[in-house]
Amino acid sequence: MTAAVSFHGAGYALPDGHWLVRDLSFSVGASETVVLVGRSGAGKTTALKLVNRLLDPTAGTVEVEGRPTSRWNAVELRRRTGWVIQEVGLFPHMSVRRNVGIVPELLGWSPKRIDVRVDELLDMVGLPALEYAERRPHQLSGGQRQRVGVARALAADPPLLLLDEPFGALDPITRIELQREFRRLVRRLGKAALFVTHDLREALAIGDRVGVMDGGRLVALEPAESLLAADHPAARALAATLDPTITPPVGEKARRDG
Amino acid sequence: MGDLLGYLSAHRGQVAGLLGEHVVLVAIAVGAAVAIGVPLGILATRDRRIERGVLGTANVLQTVPSLALFGFLIPVPFVGGIGASTAIVALTLYALLPIVRNTHAGIRGVDPALAEAGRGMGMTDRQLLGKVELPLAAGVIIAGVRVATVISIGIATIAAAIGAGGLGVYIFQGLAMVDDTVILAGAVPAALLALAADGALGWLARRLTPPGAPGAPTSARPV
Repeated sequence: MTAAVSFHGAGYALPDGHWLVRDLSFSVGASETVVLVGRSGAGKTTALKLVNRLLDPTAGTVEVEGRPTSRWNAVELRRRTGWVIQEVGLFPHMSVRRNVGIVPELLGWSPKRIDVRVDELLDMVGLPALEYAERRPHQLSGGQRQRVGVARALAADPPLLLLDEPFGALDPITRIELQREFRRLVRRLGKAALFVTHDLREALAIGDRVGVMDGGRLVALEPAESLLAADHPAARALAATLDPTITPPVGEKARRDG
Repeated sequence: MGDLLGYLSAHRGQVAGLLGEHVVLVAIAVGAAVAIGVPLGILATRDRRIERGVLGTANVLQTVPSLALFGFLIPVPFVGGIGASTAIVALTLYALLPIVRNTHAGIRGVDPALAEAGRGMGMTDRQLLGKVELPLAAGVIIAGVRVATVISIGIATIAAAIGAGGLGVYIFQGLAMVDDTVILAGAVPAALLALAADGALGWLARRLTPPGAPGAPTSARPV
């Protein structure tokens, strides 16, 4: 089966020659969630933008569904790719309904079909349409906004989701709740997802595999349950950020998710 | 004050006629300035060189004294000469700056993350402009139209000097006759017109400013 996304020695350099990411080679399977974790400036977001052509690689290639991104029409590629960013990404002048239906609208679906789809999606993310569809984003809590963001990304049923710190601005309790729901949803729908975060705990909770980025390179890529045993210094440094008194033991986590 | 009211009611037909001319001058000029200025302002957000050229030119135009601009335009073929068309050209030039500048600032003020979100959803440039940038900038653009309208109502009183009519006719007559009442018969209705336009467009700008847009009042967010 073709991978949803594969990086082949992909890199991106600024015009001044500074590499934001380089030598990225890995792939995301058709219904796999890969999480890239690393500190700010490690190149995680850049890697994500190489997938939907918000940036084009200056070295190597990135393939989506087996086709190099340079041979995809950028607009078409983006409409086939769900894109979730921090809460700021909802359009403040549009109702929740219109926000969620925006990609179907761009794709030219009939208004009736969009309405039906939006109702279905809002129910799926736990925001009953009757109560929430006509609200504006500023009338929602942070957690509700992120649910809308996920619903919007799923609207046109894209095979691939790209998520850039989607839960970064949430309080810890809401955050954990959304991580669990997200994981369940992505599994159930069989989506491929490339997810970026600076929170290792989130990475372990969500990812099938977790990649550690440092200085623009991918320094480790391991199944979530074996990452903490990886011996690269950057991976060790990240692992040290976990407070051992709060983290569930790795074995228990693996059982829960398996 | 009694003199003024007496004068206005004695000449109400003529006052209404001049007021009508005044409104028409301003409406055509501001309409033309919107038709030219909004696209120019949008273009200025798309290209650095256009940005410098357009904003620079509009700034310079604004510094030319209005009576001088009317004078300069009289000998220009096609747009010039004595009468309303020259005045409309001059008023349009004055109205351009606030409209161009606010269109530019309004679109530039849209959160870059929102524009990127739109692009990431698969919006074309045109869709991004129509669905995200312009709606979010609408309040700021209307605020520019408001300033342009108020300025034009004031400057249009000077247009009477080149035979364009409007409430300035009374002002120049009053000056010539050294009669304060006649001056006020032009100036007071012009001022009231400016206040009315200011209020109406201010209301519209507030209505069109979505919460979360640049310049929007910050609202408490319910949780």
